[in-house]
Amino acid sequence: MATLETTRRDFLLGTGTLVVSFSLAPSLAFTAGAQTAGTTKRVALDQVDSFLALHKDGTVTMYTGKVDLGTGTRISLRQMVAEELDVALDKIKLVEGDTALTPDQGPTWGSLSIQIGGVQLRQAAATARQALVQMAAQKLGMPSADLTVNDGVIFVRAEPQRRVSYIELIGDREFNLTVDKDAPLKNPKEHTIVGQPIPRPDIPGKVTGTHTYMQDFRVPGMLHARVIRPRAIGATLVAVDEASIKGIKGARVVRQQDFLAVVAESEWAAVKAAKTLRATWTKWEGLPEPAKLWEHVRATKVAKDDVAVERGDPKAAIASAARKLKATYDFAIHTHGSMGPACAVADVKRGKAEIWSPSQAPHWLRKEVAVVLQIDPMDVHIQYLDGAGCYGRNGHEDATCDAALLSKLTSTPVRVQWMREDEHGWDPKGPPTLIEISAGLDTQGNIVGWDAELWVPKADITEWPRTLAATHAGIPQKEALNPGNVHRNLDPSYPFAHQKAVAHRLDSTPFRPSWIRTPGRMQNTYANEVFIDECAAAAGADPVEYRLRYLTDPRGIVVLRAAVSMAKWDARPSPRRDQSGTIARGRGVAYVKYENARTYVAGVAEVEVNRQTGAVRCTRFYVAHDCGQIINPDGVRAQIEGQIIQTVSRTLKEELKWNRSRVTSVDWASYPILRFPEVPEVHMELINRPTEPPWGVGEPAACLPPPAISNAVFDAIGVRLRSVPFTPIKVQAGLKA
Amino acid sequence: MVTLTVNGKSYQVDVEPDTPLLYVLRDNLGLHGPKFGCGLAQCGACTVLIESKAVRSCSFAVSKVGPGKVVTLEGLGTPQKPSPVQQAFIDEQAAQCGYCINGMVMQTTAFLASRQGSPSEREIRQALQNNLCRCGTHQRIIAAVKRAAALMGKGA
Ligand code: FES
Ligand code: FES
Repeated sequence: MATLETTRRDFLLGTGTLVVSFSLAPSLAFTAGAQTAGTTKRVALDQVDSFLALHKDGTVTMYTGKVDLGTGTRISLRQMVAEELDVALDKIKLVEGDTALTPDQGPTWGSLSIQIGGVQLRQAAATARQALVQMAAQKLGMPSADLTVNDGVIFVRAEPQRRVSYIELIGDREFNLTVDKDAPLKNPKEHTIVGQPIPRPDIPGKVTGTHTYMQDFRVPGMLHARVIRPRAIGATLVAVDEASIKGIKGARVVRQQDFLAVVAESEWAAVKAAKTLRATWTKWEGLPEPAKLWEHVRATKVAKDDVAVERGDPKAAIASAARKLKATYDFAIHTHGSMGPACAVADVKRGKAEIWSPSQAPHWLRKEVAVVLQIDPMDVHIQYLDGAGCYGRNGHEDATCDAALLSKLTSTPVRVQWMREDEHGWDPKGPPTLIEISAGLDTQGNIVGWDAELWVPKADITEWPRTLAATHAGIPQKEALNPGNVHRNLDPSYPFAHQKAVAHRLDSTPFRPSWIRTPGRMQNTYANEVFIDECAAAAGADPVEYRLRYLTDPRGIVVLRAAVSMAKWDARPSPRRDQSGTIARGRGVAYVKYENARTYVAGVAEVEVNRQTGAVRCTRFYVAHDCGQIINPDGVRAQIEGQIIQTVSRTLKEELKWNRSRVTSVDWASYPILRFPEVPEVHMELINRPTEPPWGVGEPAACLPPPAISNAVFDAIGVRLRSVPFTPIKVQAGLKA
Repeated sequence: MVTLTVNGKSYQVDVEPDTPLLYVLRDNLGLHGPKFGCGLAQCGACTVLIESKAVRSCSFAVSKVGPGKVVTLEGLGTPQKPSPVQQAFIDEQAAQCGYCINGMVMQTTAFLASRQGSPSEREIRQALQNNLCRCGTHQRIIAAVKRAAALMGKGA
């Protein structure tokens, strides 16, 4: 769906209900096609027309398969195109996440919207500009080199009155041009739009209630649905007492096998019916005992081993070392915890599906919906609308499949809105992660060997998790596991002479897994960066100086030094031993090169530990950040602030709760997150490198809080926290030990 | 039939009396500023003002509103003419996904209206402690509340 506020296609009916004209959506692809000489809109990744359309009125439409999940790419992607195309920013309209109109640039994940999505758009814009200049050269009878462009007008540099506009050259016609990967990009010195902190176009609407979220979207004649999930994850439906909701006006039951839902014309009737409906489920107790989670993980069958790095002979080096260290780290199961539970609208008729969804992956979801409806993916049209932030694959895709199936079963457009307990209870989870590291130190305390093992579920990275709708309705689907690229960053960002890191990919995991912000990279960095701190402490060295013994990457060194100087790091070994009283303060550092391939981040956490209660508070967090070229510095700042605060929450508080049958942390009381009084001040330094490629921003800094906070707590009280979350009980246990 | 005054207009709506105000605002009146976040009075996404007090509309039956004047996010201002609090949130770019922002703006509006001088950071954090944000926009929200207080001429 077009999401620039000026291209909205919704309107208010007399009833005051926001409705999108129903006939518009299916005809949109056709309309767009009509603009482009009777063909359907191109979407191939190698075509300029897939990304850009230059119109007769001087506006430009840019099409992207990447969606703005609240991260601000709605402005930063526009900046990249405006800059390279030489068109004013406010002339660029945006269509995002519409499977009929946008190229499939991959799901919006992995901090790749700018790095891959934006770079593709930029290259299309550079190709378009190059072609337009060539057309102008011909028209004006001048060599291209003598021409220059300003806001969609090409003119002769020496005679500015000789000019021709993009409108005259291409207005509303196709380029019919392959993206030229060698089309020259502007010299960053000439940038006037890229690198600027331009405000986001969606914020005024979001703070005044005029922005249309998925949850606000309605189509005429639709039913409201609520899905009733089994009482236990693996339970099957024995009986439904339909009479139990007969007092609720207009509510009725819809069922396919174990997929059970209620629909009603009024939303409140659907909510009440879902609460009231009596259903009998079989008993199921297939989850591991919560207290024995890590034994369960260790006992799970290993499907295969992935070797992340192997250099020298670490086992022998450790065996003959003067000192040996070994530690085990675990990281709890987390939920995405989106503030708005998932929602979607579907209209399935005559074997075709019109879908509105907040999914991070509309192109991918198209195939998932096709599986559920047992139709061709080309007969599924998905339009993206903003949901609440998802931070990975949360409940959005499942709710979308729920809506699709219910629309098919009722032959009516259906809106599914998950309740809080659905989102907390049934979104796919970040899997439990266990890491064990051994090292050998020589007599000077230097690391001579490093040997790491990781236990995580296996990943079929090109498949989506099985959907609840297909599972419960008995529709055949692939039984893939995909927790994301959770093995990355297992090899530490320091090149030790003898090192090995192996990921044991497990055949199963207790809860349906998916990726949550910084999947695996967060957990692996946590273990690596705490363990190197343990080595530094064993060596009696300052944690920063110790890291600098091994860090060879010049950009990494700059970032680490920037973070510690911002934090006024006082160089000395940890722990400090000069504190008495209830509150102890400490500081801890962490560093990583994201995926050992891109964005460099370093951070310093300052904490206060209450020795009596065991409560840890992170008071300040400093981040130094080098993502190469910065497109929008305010967008980068917002993303870093968000990641640090969210991950401080995950580090200190969050952990899934369950019994043998189901998830029991199904609201904000049982799954607490960080609140305003507990939020740290976040300070940062951005290192901009305009001549370097623009790398990802949405995830790398989230690697830092777990290790930096653990290291800071050790500095404060001499207790090593090796189990996330760092709850007061664990701190107290450490103090007693 | 329930009679309601919302954003200065009077409405008669045909709903069950136990319907939470949130559903009436969103589904019957088309006011989408207030959001469904939890339905449990835990997060604040659904906050509206009733007689200038912040109320969690997900857990407040429409029949209990009575003659109380309801104000939603839409009633405070528009993109063209935002209220001081809304303007401050725009100036600070204090939204990521923005789903929690209705609650933040409404709670802040009630908080600033209820006091004289400009609040300290500590007071702001206390005032918003029962409003949750998952995106981690807190720092900007705190800055926006300070800015709003200044815009409203709240002296120190
Ligand atoms: S939706 Fe009302 S408090 Fe969460
Ligand atoms: S901005 Fe997304 S929940 Fe607060």
